[in-house]
Amino acid sequence: MSLFDHKLNEIQSMLHKKEITIPDLVDESFKRISAVDGDVKAFLTLDEENARNQAKELQESGKTGILNGVPIGVKDNIVTKGLRTTAASQILYNFDPIYDATVVNKLREAGTITVGKLNMDEFAMGSSTENSSFQKTRNPWNLDRVPGGSSGGSAASVAAGEVPFSLGSDTGGSIRQPASFCGVVGMKPTYGRVSRFGLIAFASSLDQIGPITRNVEDNAHLLEAIVGVDPYDTTSANVAGESFAKNLTGDVKGLRIAVPKEYLGEGVSEEVKQSVLAALKVLEGQGASWEEVSLPHSKYGVATYYLLASSEASSNLARFDGIRYGYRAENAENLIDLYKKTRAEGFGDEVKRRIMLGTFALSSGYYDAYYKKAQQVRTLIKKDFEDVFENYDVIIGPTTPTPAFKIGEIIDDPLTMYANDILTIPVNLAGVPGISIPCGFSDGMPLGLQIIGRHFDEKTVYRVAHAYEQATDFHKEKPEL
Amino acid sequence: MEFETVIGLEVHVELKTNSKIFSSAPAHFGAEPNTNTTVIDLGYPGVLPVMNETAVEYAMKAAMAINCEIAEEAIWDRKNYFYPDNPKAYQVSQNDKPIGEHGWVEIEVNGETKRIGITRLHLEEDAGKLTHAGKHSLCDYNRQGTPLVEIVSEPDIRSPEEAYAFLEKLKAIIQYTEVSDCKMEEGSLRCDANISIRPYGQKEFGTRTELKNLNSFNFVRKGLEYEEKRQAEVVSSGGKVDQETRRFDESTGKTLLMRVKEGSDDYRYFPEPDLLPVYIDDEWKEHVRSTIPELPDARKKRYMDELGLPAHDAKVLTMSKEIADFFEATVAAGAGAKLASNWLMGEVPAYLNAEGKELAETKLTPDNLAGMISLLEKGTISSKIAKTVFKELIENDGDAEAIVKEKGLVQISDESALLKFVNDALDANPQSIADFKDGKKKAIGFLVGQIMKASKGQANPQAINKLLAEEIAKR
Repeated sequence: MSLFDHKLNEIQSMLHKKEITIPDLVDESFKRISAVDGDVKAFLTLDEENARNQAKELQESGKTGILNGVPIGVKDNIVTKGLRTTAASQILYNFDPIYDATVVNKLREAGTITVGKLNMDEFAMGSSTENSSFQKTRNPWNLDRVPGGSSGGSAASVAAGEVPFSLGSDTGGSIRQPASFCGVVGMKPTYGRVSRFGLIAFASSLDQIGPITRNVEDNAHLLEAIVGVDPYDTTSANVAGESFAKNLTGDVKGLRIAVPKEYLGEGVSEEVKQSVLAALKVLEGQGASWEEVSLPHSKYGVATYYLLASSEASSNLARFDGIRYGYRAENAENLIDLYKKTRAEGFGDEVKRRIMLGTFALSSGYYDAYYKKAQQVRTLIKKDFEDVFENYDVIIGPTTPTPAFKIGEIIDDPLTMYANDILTIPVNLAGVPGISIPCGFSDGMPLGLQIIGRHFDEKTVYRVAHAYEQATDFHKEKPEL
Repeated sequence: MEFETVIGLEVHVELKTNSKIFSSAPAHFGAEPNTNTTVIDLGYPGVLPVMNETAVEYAMKAAMAINCEIAEEAIWDRKNYFYPDNPKAYQVSQNDKPIGEHGWVEIEVNGETKRIGITRLHLEEDAGKLTHAGKHSLCDYNRQGTPLVEIVSEPDIRSPEEAYAFLEKLKAIIQYTEVSDCKMEEGSLRCDANISIRPYGQKEFGTRTELKNLNSFNFVRKGLEYEEKRQAEVVSSGGKVDQETRRFDESTGKTLLMRVKEGSDDYRYFPEPDLLPVYIDDEWKEHVRSTIPELPDARKKRYMDELGLPAHDAKVLTMSKEIADFFEATVAAGAGAKLASNWLMGEVPAYLNAEGKELAETKLTPDNLAGMISLLEKGTISSKIAKTVFKELIENDGDAEAIVKEKGLVQISDESALLKFVNDALDANPQSIADFKDGKKKAIGFLVGQIMKASKGQANPQAINKLLAEEIAKR
């Protein structure tokens, strides 16, 4: 049994009773990484020396706290001072940030120990982590399958027991989909809940950082540590701090659940449907009720998302020009040549595809038909959610239409790949919180249940997720590695 | 054929906030390259902008001073283009909803006043600066993120002279609001000009050219003068003006082709998702409005009505807030308005031009200047001596009266003392007496000169004139 099979409060209790030390926790992490990461390939960069030093210091400091001394992995699009941060892109292959992201500062205050940086799809663009410029992360449940993406390294590292938890980022499903594929818990908080300062931007109006953990309670603890208004991010919201973990009462009596018919419709596999229906039965058994509803505009979600996210990305990624940092092409003849060569050589195919799509959508003459129209549809999608939340407390459906697919299976078919996010994307467009928790298996691969809440109502989402988790054992299953 | 000239100006003014528009880096001119920068200014991965509230207020203030309507909701947009001085490869600017619109500035040319419309004033961030050195280009990002307002005029300007007057007036107004230094030599005020010509009576505009590299108001005027002639020659000889960007060459006074514009550049503007809109309510507007001081036109009127200054004096003095403030303080310290005006329009700028100095760099103060003017008014010193005293004051400060005493510069008005100078001069120059009596009035001038020389300039000229007349009559 691994130390990381224990929940955070158990780990803290063991530390308190001096059954274990903080260096033991860090040691556990690096031992597991050296044992399995050759297969899983979740980490891009390790920071062993600093992590071990920090463990010693924390052990001696006598500091306490629910997260204190616990190792964590951080997605490689979150900047860490002095620790290589590449967003899994060749164009940042040598980039060592000179500042820490706000969430990294908050983690330090909470006492977590960053053991390394986690693989992802390049600039968070993808659903399988196959778009990393450096390595393909594999699903700990079946090494021939993808871990999902873009936070594939974040989900796989937790599922493989390399770290008890990690941070990911979610623009269209990039936390929830890999959490679903890897059988772990992944939360995409409300837009504005967590500061984006230091998150390498993909689509600024959609990106959110969130926690990936082995259970709901730990997830709530980790989110509590990173939320809050940030003077460096004016889109971060000034909402009262809440204790998510304390509200895990296990009580869902009278809870009104909405199940969108679009989420159990065409393209969603039978086993996925059955697992969701079974989950609803469990919640019914606990005193909740559910009804079918409609999110009529969700069918436009994928198209809307790819226009808006790509438009913002085409602008956000323009700064990678070889002038100030990162990769610079050699033998450029002039300035334009330098830009062209640097970006042609530095970016991967999927990133280029989205830059071109976004540049086109923003071009004069096309702006109204694409970007502007997509913004209007986004408003309608948001309204769909608001309408449903007038009568229901949460929305429940699957996280993904299918379990994890095979590595290489659909990488050459972007549209099929994009369709994988059909159930997660509308949540980002609406800006509401959504969690994926384990709810079954299909052919040995984990399935995820998605619970979506009102703006800034993570509390209810966690309460429902926790109640369901208490009644089931799916989260206790571990992959054999 | 006679053509009518149509000119529109785009003026960029840097706001003198303490920190930059999106970061805490200082926004001051003249630091070592790349020292006034943070990761935000350098466009590092992961950074976000935070809007500087003072920059928004300064932009509102400038917009109000040029009579713009103020937006209720200011929205920020990204203007996308690649260039090494633009570290994010987009400039945060305002496209759809600028802070100010529909304003005007009144100018006066050849005694006639005219209103020039202001299309818009918007807030944006300045770019860095490139220096080209042989095969290399060096980037300095100190200026990156300095808050900037762009002021766009309507095509209401009809001559280079009007363009010059517009710029002088705009500069004066902005300086009065104290949101910018408006120093062209430091780049805190920059101007591009659009110019076209059309036959008189034609409604449609001709094809315009855009002039760049206009580094002083004089060059704006010269560039436009050259360009209106050039365009007229092109059209008169049967050609047509191309839509192009031209650079003013300071050494030749000509405009040279930079690039031909085919259609318009596509900057792919879209709303900046990292910044929320800024809502401007009436209370905020009124607060900002209350901080706007008396502007040049109002001051000019007051100087004429209350201090009795001629229109020309009032206009020249109020062109610069610094001079106008100095003038008022000098009058408040006891100097007569007209004399104070004369000195501030004459000796003071002459000295500053000759020495290449700013007024603030000298030792001249309203108090010491007023002290000197009082001595002049009382007749204690002559204008000639005043110049000596002035030089002492502007270079070393001090009290005019003490300087006069110390250097023995007091004007001699005592008749018995003067009589000796007069009789000495008459004794030495009998020919002049004869000439004067023969009707050659100029002879008096010569004699006065001799006396002034002998008295080291201290003799009171009026008294000498009187005594000379009396003494010559006696001979």
